[in-house]
Amino acid sequence: MTGVTMVEALNLALARALREDERVVLLGEDIAADGGVFRVTDGLLATFGADRVRDTPLSETVIAGASVGLAAMGYRPVAEIQFMGFIYPTIDQMANHAARLRTRTRGRLSCPMVLRAPYGGGVHAPEHHSESMEAMFAHIPGLRVVIPSSPRTAYGLMLAAIRDPDPVVFLEPKRLYRAVRETVEDTGEALPLDRCAVEREGRDLTLVSWGAMMLETRKAAETLAGEGIEAEVIDVRTLAPLDARTIVDSVLKTGRCVIVHEAPLTGGFGAEIAARLAGEGLMSLVAPVARVAGYDTVMPLLRLEAAYMPSTDRICEAARQAMEFS
Amino acid sequence: MRRPDCSAGGDRSPEGGGRSVDPDHRGCTVSHAPSQQASPDGTVPHTEPVQPEIGRVLHPDGTATGPFPDPLADPDRLVGLYRGMVLARTFDEKAVSLQRTGRLGTYASSLGQEAVSVGTAAAMDEADVFAPSFREHGAQLWRGVMPEDLFLYWGGDERGSAFEGPKRDFPVCVPVATHFPHAVGAALALKLDGGTSVAVAIGGDGSTSKGDFYEALNLAGAWRLPAIFVISNNQWAISVPRQAQTASRTLAQKAVAAGIPGWQVDGNDVVAVASCVGEAIARAREGAGPTMIEALTYRLGDHTTADDARRYRSDEEVSGHWKEEPLTRLRTYLANEGHWDKDREEALIREVRQRIDEAAEHYLSTPPQPPEAMFAHLFATLPAPLEDQVRSIGGDAGNGETSP
Repeated sequence: MTGVTMVEALNLALARALREDERVVLLGEDIAADGGVFRVTDGLLATFGADRVRDTPLSETVIAGASVGLAAMGYRPVAEIQFMGFIYPTIDQMANHAARLRTRTRGRLSCPMVLRAPYGGGVHAPEHHSESMEAMFAHIPGLRVVIPSSPRTAYGLMLAAIRDPDPVVFLEPKRLYRAVRETVEDTGEALPLDRCAVEREGRDLTLVSWGAMMLETRKAAETLAGEGIEAEVIDVRTLAPLDARTIVDSVLKTGRCVIVHEAPLTGGFGAEIAARLAGEGLMSLVAPVARVAGYDTVMPLLRLEAAYMPSTDRICEAARQAMEFS
Repeated sequence: MRRPDCSAGGDRSPEGGGRSVDPDHRGCTVSHAPSQQASPDGTVPHTEPVQPEIGRVLHPDGTATGPFPDPLADPDRLVGLYRGMVLARTFDEKAVSLQRTGRLGTYASSLGQEAVSVGTAAAMDEADVFAPSFREHGAQLWRGVMPEDLFLYWGGDERGSAFEGPKRDFPVCVPVATHFPHAVGAALALKLDGGTSVAVAIGGDGSTSKGDFYEALNLAGAWRLPAIFVISNNQWAISVPRQAQTASRTLAQKAVAAGIPGWQVDGNDVVAVASCVGEAIARAREGAGPTMIEALTYRLGDHTTADDARRYRSDEEVSGHWKEEPLTRLRTYLANEGHWDKDREEALIREVRQRIDEAAEHYLSTPPQPPEAMFAHLFATLPAPLEDQVRSIGGDAGNGETSP
């Protein structure tokens, strides 16, 4: 197998950011000598030194809060939260300060920080290690929420997130950390933020997803193609601010939409997309907008997590049902 | 150079000898009197006036505990500190009056706590970074924030935090204790910059009950950062008295767990505050790391204009504390030493009132921004997905900003 994994692609992006901008500082738990529990920061301590690749105490609030302080002083902190289940203490800092500092000071101060965290299930991790709480952050105005779905998008979106002058919550689908390899040229070229990407064109229905679920969504499109159903596939990439235009335009064409996410159904980010489609594309819809999502339950431990996760079969079934409307 | 003693901030030994919470540091030196403490069962009535007897230069009656620490012995310097406190109090009076007449939002007065605010700011250099909580108008004004801007902020206009002057200072922080981590991050930035600037945060007694406070002290200690944490212990976190806030005998001793010095100072003695914070800043500039200072003071007013403190504390308690307030003691000292008199007092009051009145007029005559201004600085550049919302409230999806 050639190419690099998402972990390696993220490492390439972080190394390039550290190289090209001396204001970039990495901080988090076990990110220095240990290279991060998933090894995303592997080797960066040796290359860039302890001033710029910093192990913090086990202290999520101050990891986020000190990042706000660093960013306000002109640095570009990239903070790692070890797992999404441990990210909740940072919400205070992200909502009350990171997202608001530019607004509150009319641009006198700003907060160009990145808060990274692996999210999602499917790797048989312990309790609190498998959540998908992206919608919580997407509800906070002033934050960008970015989720890659492949090594290449991880590289390009991470560079964009670090270079962006405003705070970005960068959620890494850890099920994809080592699931796929692809060629990633370390050119320093970033991918655009605030834009959904149409990955595959199709005329019959639109499949919308992000992060790890793009794996099942892409497989579903293949399966459906074998049945003569041509699915358009959209990778949302930036949940907030949402490029609803790209999704609406696609559904104006296809008339059908299936939204796929791993997070619980109710209040999940799919609800926002469905609402946008209802508001801006209702007359073009020939079938109800469907959501294939996690259940409204506590994320189960590993024995049941496969039953929780949306499967390719569930996506295909929702698509076939949509196709019954015409 | 002689400095006031702030070293008795920790537990006292049963023998009664003052003991610094920092075994490696002598503290700054004036007196070794007992620190404020609750009885072991925590039943000390909160109506008892605070009698801080440590880290003190001026007694409440305006007499000195001993020679003044340099350079604070300079009468001009002392008059400057006095003016700073008068300015803060006059600003407070005007702000409360504007709020009471419906021309300002909910406001948190610093009445009684001016010495902590002004003394701390006086110890800082312009290039240092300040992270205030919401009751530190005295420090902000000292550092060059214009009263026009403070009125704007408290009047509900974000342009008030776009202030000139201390351009790197943080805006006031409302969620209690959440700004301590900012001071830590700023201190790291200042250290990485390679200079000698420091970051200073002020919070209240209630803020020391929050995890943010400990996480910030702990990280600052672990990384030996140039950060100073000043706790303005005004004895009340809205309605919860200091004794009910924590079983910790002093707040200063909370620094012990973070491995950093914790000092106590008489927070109604502006000279002692300036001296103690100055010492902590000097240590930080030398690379000796962070310090936490508990300044013992008293909130003479309501928590905010939305509060009625009579619901939870007696008038007797408050009037007792008026005897210790910071302006009178410095004015008395200056008068006794021949540096102050009725004419100078009246001239100062006139000058300060005129300045504050002008600022209030400027604020009141500043029209609000158009609605679309709420988007103007949400991001550095308005993201395309938000353009529709800007247009829907009448904006042109451009900048939308107007100057006051």
